[in-house]
Amino acid sequence: MQNNPPEHTITTKDLSIFYGNFLAVTDVNLNIESRKITAIIGPSGCGKSTLLRAFNRMNDFVPSSHVTGEILLHGQNLYGADIDPVEVRRKIGMVFQKPNPFPKSIYENIAWGARINGFKGDMDDLVEQSLRSAALWDEVKDKLKKSAYELSGGQQQRLCIARTIAIQPEIILMDEPASALDPISTLRIEELMQELKQKYTIIIVTHNMQQAARVSDYTAMMMLTGDSRSGTMIEFSETKLIFTNPRDKRTEDYVTGRFG
Amino acid sequence: MNNPQTDNFPEGPSFRRALNARYRSASLWQMVFLSALLIAILSLMTLLYTVADGAFGYVAYEYKHDPTEFSSTPLNELGKDELLSILQSNLSAGAFKKLDNEKPMASRSHADLYSLFLERLLQIDTKQIWSMTDSFLHAAEIRAEATHKYPDAQLEFRSWLTPQFLSSPMSSRAEFAGVRTAILGSLWLVGIAILFALPVGTGAAIYLQEYASKNWLTKIIQTNINNLAGVPSIVYGMLGLAIFVRLLEPLTSGAAFGVIDSNGRTVLSAGLTMGMLVLPLIIINAQEAIKAVPDSLRQASFGVGATRWQTVWHHVLPNALPGILTGSILALSRALGETAPLIVVGASTFISVDPSGPFSKFTALPIQIYQWTTRAQPEFHAIAAASIIVLLILLLSLNAAAILLRNRFQRKY
Ligand SMILES: Nc1ncnc2c1ncn2[C@@H]1O[C@H](COP(=O)(O)OP(=O)(O)OP(=O)(O)O)[C@@H](O)[C@H]1O
Ligand SMILES: [Mg+2]
Repeated sequence: MQNNPPEHTITTKDLSIFYGNFLAVTDVNLNIESRKITAIIGPSGCGKSTLLRAFNRMNDFVPSSHVTGEILLHGQNLYGADIDPVEVRRKIGMVFQKPNPFPKSIYENIAWGARINGFKGDMDDLVEQSLRSAALWDEVKDKLKKSAYELSGGQQQRLCIARTIAIQPEIILMDEPASALDPISTLRIEELMQELKQKYTIIIVTHNMQQAARVSDYTAMMMLTGDSRSGTMIEFSETKLIFTNPRDKRTEDYVTGRFG
Repeated sequence: MNNPQTDNFPEGPSFRRALNARYRSASLWQMVFLSALLIAILSLMTLLYTVADGAFGYVAYEYKHDPTEFSSTPLNELGKDELLSILQSNLSAGAFKKLDNEKPMASRSHADLYSLFLERLLQIDTKQIWSMTDSFLHAAEIRAEATHKYPDAQLEFRSWLTPQFLSSPMSSRAEFAGVRTAILGSLWLVGIAILFALPVGTGAAIYLQEYASKNWLTKIIQTNINNLAGVPSIVYGMLGLAIFVRLLEPLTSGAAFGVIDSNGRTVLSAGLTMGMLVLPLIIINAQEAIKAVPDSLRQASFGVGATRWQTVWHHVLPNALPGILTGSILALSRALGETAPLIVVGASTFISVDPSGPFSKFTALPIQIYQWTTRAQPEFHAIAAASIIVLLILLLSLNAAAILLRNRFQRKY
């Protein structure tokens, strides 16, 4: 296994993302390695969320947005004419910054996504498996019929992760998944991510440098550059290199807290 | 404290003086709001009082014929069988047969027979009526006046709102007229209006909020919908007359479905006209309700690979439903109370047959009220007041039903 060349899942080529005329992200070229955790870091407003949402075409819901360049998933352009965004989102799941469970029961939160995607297996089984994978099963197994809104914020976020796992995506995108949580819940989510990377490729946006250093294998550093103040990726490498031996002076300033 | 800005803030006594001034203006505004509330409550009370004032009070009435002409038994001791035989022997054979055909005389209730007796044989004749306030404040004077002016008349304190009033059809005599036909007409009307406007309005709102791209065309449509909500109701009446009564007559009269001898002035035409009238109201309310569904919910749904339709059907609609139903409550109240469009599309002014289907002729409560208030005899004003109370009660109970329905759908997060 160790000697196999890294398998790339998502590859971007000269990816730029616009909101109307505003160039939010320019010229991103990166390779996301399979079954690894890639962190995207950078100051506020540099386009991290924009980039992340481009990966599963959630930006489609901003009518003014459009992309140039390519995002390839196993060589297939996600913005190609023959690609249905619904299918993209089925393969690339997303966990949002604020926990947003459905106003339904815990059970239904997991089951709904699977059902609409045509899941034919044993639903009870799937719900249990997903909750176990999200390290939530023991806490909720006795109240599956209760509203998801009765859970704590940290539990809700793990439920959202379980909901994403339930549709068996290949990649899971996480946009600051722990920013609304306390340190203990944050730690649980981080442990969970380590578990999940056995099976899934994870891309996480975070403002927390320790978190990026703790959980990720690769780190993409983004920064606002140029006169147009649009975001771009200034450095991408193994996490330990970014934090111990960054090539770019701006990265060094940022990760050591000397930025700004 | 050597920050230069600190000197610009009042300190100590001057701060307290400024604070007191702030409190003074605050309590002044509070008074203004309180008096606004009081004025509102007062006007509402006045309204209710005026209505009640007309619907209850003393009446002086005579019988054209003396009860002793028909029977020696005192009026209040007449039994059912006795009433039946009195009616049979004193009404003309044709009239009795007609009544018997409407509903077999033998199976009629005592109250029913008694009112027939009063209406057909004794022929009650109302001399004068007094308002509720007068009846309470000047009871002695009224009694004196009545014995003086109408020595043969009986005086009684009457509620014009009786079970009889609710269950009787229209009559040319105020004492025997009722609102059954009008209540049924109003219910048919509102039912048809909501049945038409709720699905259409909700559909339009869904399209506008969830599907339509935000361009100049949607802006124009939106502005028009907002303005339509303010168009005077008589205009909708004209529209209904042109479209439903005239243009679509074969459909709205039921001729296309084999109903014969009917024209377009049916409860269906009127209901659809009312539906058009409340449509903008329902669209706007449904839009607001859909807007209030948080975007995070839509994102969650799309995030697990839902299509737009699945997102709308499973998440947006269920969560907007309470708000949509609130809009339909408003629409319901509006449809129940509107009069002008009904006059234009041709509600019947005198009809004693209950509406039996969408192609029936009909009348409605507001029409009935309007009719009775225009009559010269004061007893018609009294039953108009009683019908207003009926209308208000109907309004409140329909609203209560809709609110109960809404609360059932309200999500318990
Ligand atoms: N829906 C939108 N419409 C227009 N501009 C947008 C939209 N969303 C984001 N932007 C702009 O794109 C740029 C990047 O925003 P983005 O949310 O991707 O930043 P971010 O790096 O995630 O910031 P943060 O760390 O604060 O979350 C910002 O200048 C922002 O104003
Ligand atoms: Mg962001």
